[in-house]
Amino acid sequence: MSKSVSFITRNFGKYNPASLVSYELIGGFTALRKALDMDGDAIAKVLSDNGVQGRGGAAYDMGRKWSQARSVPGPHKCVVCNADEGEPGTFKDRELLSKDPFQLLEGMIIAGWSVGADNGYIYMREEYAHLRPQLLSAIKQCEDAGYLGDNILGHEGFNYRIHLYSGAGAYVCGEGSALCESLEGHSGRPRMKPPFIKQCGAFHLPTCVNNVESLSLVPPLLLDKDGFYKSQGTPDCPGTKLISVCGNVKDPGVFEVPFGITLREIIYDLAGGIEDGHQLQLVQLGGASGRLASPAQLDTQYTYKGMKGADLTAIGSGAVLVVDERTSVIGFLRMTQQFFCHESCGQCTPCREGNRHIARFLEKIAEGTHTEEDLKLMEKYANIMSTASMCGLGETAQSALLSAMKRFPEVFAVKKEVAVR
Amino acid sequence: MKPFAQKMNELTPEMVELVDRVIDAHDGDATQLVGILLDLEAAVERHYIPEPAAYYLAERLEIHPTQVYDVITFYSALHDKPRAKYTLQVCDSAPCRVKDSDALCETLKRLLNLEIGEVTYDGRFSIEKVPCFGACDVSPAVRVNGVVYGHLDSEERIIDMLQQLD
Repeated sequence: MSKSVSFITRNFGKYNPASLVSYELIGGFTALRKALDMDGDAIAKVLSDNGVQGRGGAAYDMGRKWSQARSVPGPHKCVVCNADEGEPGTFKDRELLSKDPFQLLEGMIIAGWSVGADNGYIYMREEYAHLRPQLLSAIKQCEDAGYLGDNILGHEGFNYRIHLYSGAGAYVCGEGSALCESLEGHSGRPRMKPPFIKQCGAFHLPTCVNNVESLSLVPPLLLDKDGFYKSQGTPDCPGTKLISVCGNVKDPGVFEVPFGITLREIIYDLAGGIEDGHQLQLVQLGGASGRLASPAQLDTQYTYKGMKGADLTAIGSGAVLVVDERTSVIGFLRMTQQFFCHESCGQCTPCREGNRHIARFLEKIAEGTHTEEDLKLMEKYANIMSTASMCGLGETAQSALLSAMKRFPEVFAVKKEVAVR
Repeated sequence: MKPFAQKMNELTPEMVELVDRVIDAHDGDATQLVGILLDLEAAVERHYIPEPAAYYLAERLEIHPTQVYDVITFYSALHDKPRAKYTLQVCDSAPCRVKDSDALCETLKRLLNLEIGEVTYDGRFSIEKVPCFGACDVSPAVRVNGVVYGHLDSEERIIDMLQQLD
């Protein structure tokens, strides 16, 4: 099996991302023309047949998402492209947005056609503001060429426009309902569910939210006559995935890999291995809300099933953060905890209070002054957060801690003199 | 806080012109409030939303000033107090910290003789710690007015970055 492949990233460096004509010259928008001859359900079926799962983190069956969005009644619907990529250690969407913006737009137009939407919104994080001019120009060029607007490519009644909205530095806005709040010009606090955003999302319209990578995957998939995508990966997890590898490795970066590659191959073959003279301490998968893997788990296959079977985050955002022995496990957990204390929106009690209490426990553990009682309470609070928080942020904030307690029990050991006291 | 009407009296014609220009660029669409505030902040020299501007903006968009302040205070990229002309944002998330962004932060503090959150007397520099801005492949990194400077792992590189700012 080859270590890295080129399917979603097949256009990288092949055309000038500032020019629509240059995209058309390499076959751009043929997938859209093909899609316009297909029924929306048939497009959703292509996604399902290829086993595509959403690339934002939740790994929802994408074909199912599109056919559900299609079946929701309503004269107006919208498609949202989640380009909020806030998980620390994730920067794959940045590469797609900067090197192949037209493929994303094409994917979004196909999404609009498939689910019957009339507006598409790209919600891009403020941190990627430098990519705005190129993306705005790409949208404008598509409008001028008739790929966006009224009666697209002569299809009577297919009216669809794409708008670019900016986030403003709030991790929680990657959560679907918080994102919708932010799109409407409000602070990004998640909503109570139901109603789910597929029924009532942005501007109170049925909304279909997809990640940048998910949408960018659609055009090559529709044109994939020879079944290249499905031939990649493993039988129960076909396809390819973009991953962002960073931390204490020699060659950090974005790689497109076939599912089924092992963590060892990712770290040592693709990213060049650990920096000289150091040893691997832990790997965090899927961003700050991801679980920690110990060096003993390096031969785990990078598939949804494989990762789940090893009690690791099943792909998530595709982040692989490699940490060597210069950072202690507890030190690392404190960094992650500090992030969640800052990013909790403060709306629900388990997340707002839980994060702060856990930060205090971790401080005690770092000092070595914690007791058995502290450990029990900390685990209890973490579990309460996972079950009782209002949105995915609070639910997953303690993944790293809970997995560390299982995998690195020795770093939580109570010091003898404290235990006696 | 001073009454609404009094705040509006502090509006300068330049500020009115700037706010009008930003709002028009967003088609006067109140749903684009976050983007409007970001653009306004980028255009103000000390990169913040002055209070009179916030009230005027609310009036122009026909929304409540409370909504404007709810948004400004919620998002970490928006500010209601003057910052510096060059705010050095140091990534404080794990991917940069395992590459020793703490040392980068200490070097910046020493070179500029500043603490986190302070502004130099001339209003030119300040240091902020911010969560991940997606430059993990070039960590440790600093972001200044939207531009990322990566691989800042030595004092020479940090000084070089500071000199590029002016």
